[in-house]
Amino acid sequence: MGLAAENFPHIIRQLHPPVHILNSFFMKNALSITAFLFLLVGPLTAQRFFTRDAGVKFDATSPLEKIEGITKSGTCVLDTKTGNMEWKVLIKGFQMEKALMQEHFNENYLESSTYPNAQFKGKITNLNEVNFAQDGKYNAQVKGQLTMHGVTKDVEMSGTVKVNGGNITLASNFRVAAADYNISIPALVRDKIAKTIQVTVEALLKPMK
Amino acid sequence: MKNFFLLFLLGITCSLQAQTEDLLAGLPDEPTTDYTIATFKSNRIINGHSIENTAPGVLEFKISHRFTPLRQGFYDMFGLDNANVRIGFDYGLTPRLMIGIGRGGREKIFDGFAKYKILRQSTGKVNIPVTLSYLIDAQIKSLKFTDSERANKFTSRIYYTHQILLARKFSERLSLQLMPTLVHRNLVPTPGDKNDVFAIGAGGRIKLTKRTAINAEYYYVPQGQINQSYANSLSIGWEIETGGHVFSMHFTNSEDMTYKGFITETQEDWFFKNDENRLLSGIRFGFNVSRVFTVRKIKKINGL
Repeated sequence: MGLAAENFPHIIRQLHPPVHILNSFFMKNALSITAFLFLLVGPLTAQRFFTRDAGVKFDATSPLEKIEGITKSGTCVLDTKTGNMEWKVLIKGFQMEKALMQEHFNENYLESSTYPNAQFKGKITNLNEVNFAQDGKYNAQVKGQLTMHGVTKDVEMSGTVKVNGGNITLASNFRVAAADYNISIPALVRDKIAKTIQVTVEALLKPMK
Repeated sequence: MKNFFLLFLLGITCSLQAQTEDLLAGLPDEPTTDYTIATFKSNRIINGHSIENTAPGVLEFKISHRFTPLRQGFYDMFGLDNANVRIGFDYGLTPRLMIGIGRGGREKIFDGFAKYKILRQSTGKVNIPVTLSYLIDAQIKSLKFTDSERANKFTSRIYYTHQILLARKFSERLSLQLMPTLVHRNLVPTPGDKNDVFAIGAGGRIKLTKRTAINAEYYYVPQGQINQSYANSLSIGWEIETGGHVFSMHFTNSEDMTYKGFITETQEDWFFKNDENRLLSGIRFGFNVSRVFTVRKIKKINGL
C-alpha cells in the first residue's frame, strides 16, 4: 500500500495528514483501493497496440503501365488478448508517381470523395500460435472483412507478427480483385491496369496509453 | 458483503475490456485536413484559367483551335476551313505554382503566365470554403506595325492581365468560379479606349459522368472602357478525359484565346443584327486538347 502512496506524492502534500493516519486509511480500505487501481490500470496493461503510421502499398502494374500507390498514414489497432484488429486508410493519402494518375485513382476508380476510407476488420485465427509476451516472429492467419469503394467482402490472408521489445510489427501481402469492389475499368485502359491488385501492409504498433 | 460486491465489480470491468469490439473507436480523434481535388478537369475553363494547376513536375502540351463562325454553312464546312491556333506548354513548379507559354496565330501573339494558388478549399482541421489563385499573364503582339510614320516602340506590343480566381466545388457535380480581371493595354486604338480594362468573369462546371463534364465561361466588360461594338465573351463546352488527354469541344464567340483578345476584342455576339437588320450568329466551334507528360516523378515515400 505504501507503494500507492508514493505514487501520489502531490496528494500527500496537499492533504498533509500525519503518516500514521494515512497508513490506517489504506489498511481499512485495502480492497476498495485495489479494485480502484485495477479499474485505472486495467486498460493500461497493454492489450491494445496501435499506430497511425501504418504503411499500405498497392500495385496494379501491368506490362504497359507502372501503377503503384503508397501511404504511410494508415491507422491500425490490435487487441492482443482477443486477436481482433482493425485497419483504416484514407484513400486520398495514397501517393502515386504520376499526379494525373493519382487524380484518376481518386476521381474515377476509388471515388474517394464518396468513399473516403478503406477499412479492414478482422481477427487472428491462430492466436494460440502467437505469443505476444515473448519476442519473436510468428506466422498469423487472419480472417475478416475488407471494405472499400462502398463494398464489404470477406477476406482471408496470412501474415507475420513480430514481437520485439514491447512493440509489435504486423505485415502481410495479399491480392484483391478490383471487380469484387465494383471498381470498373473502362475498355480503353483495360490492358493498362492489372485486374488483381497486390496489396502490401506493414504496421509497427506501440502499446496504447 | 461489501468485499463480495467489489470483487463482482472487478470481474465486470475486466470482462468489459475484453469485449469491446470497435477498436478504432477507442482511439482519440486526430483531426485531418481533407483538401478538395478536381474542382475542374483542366487548368483552363475554356479560354480563361481555372483554379486548377498543372501538378508539380508535369509538362502539359496544349493545342487549341478556334474556327470561323458556323454561319458560313456547308461551303466552308461550318467554319472548319479556317482556324486561329494556339500552341502552348504549361509546367507545374510546385503544388501551388505553375507557369506556361504559348503562341497564337491571330496577331502572331506570344503569351506567358504564372499562376499561384493562395488558398485551397478544404474541410476538417483546416476549413477553407474556397480556392483562391492569382494569375499574371503577359501577351506580346508580334504582328508588324502597320503605321511606319509613328514612333513604334516595343512596349506598344505588350499587354498585361492580372486575375483573381475564386472557386468553390459545391458538390461532386457542381463547381463555380468568379474571376475579377484587369487587362492593361500599353497602346490603345483610340483615345476613347481605356488602357486599363476591368472585367468580371464567371464560369463553372457540371460533371455529367466520371469522365465528362459541361463547362461554361462568361466575361462581362462594364461599359465605357472599350469600343461598344465589341461583345462580351461567352463559351460553352463539353469536356472528355481519356487517360492522359483532356479534350474540350466548345462553342464560343471569341476568336482569340489570349486575355486581351477574348476580353477586349471579341467582335461578334452569339446572336446579333447586322446593318441590314438580319439576325446573324457569331458562334464558332473550337477545341482544346491537352496531353500531359510526367517529367519529374513524385518522390517515393521511404520504405515498403
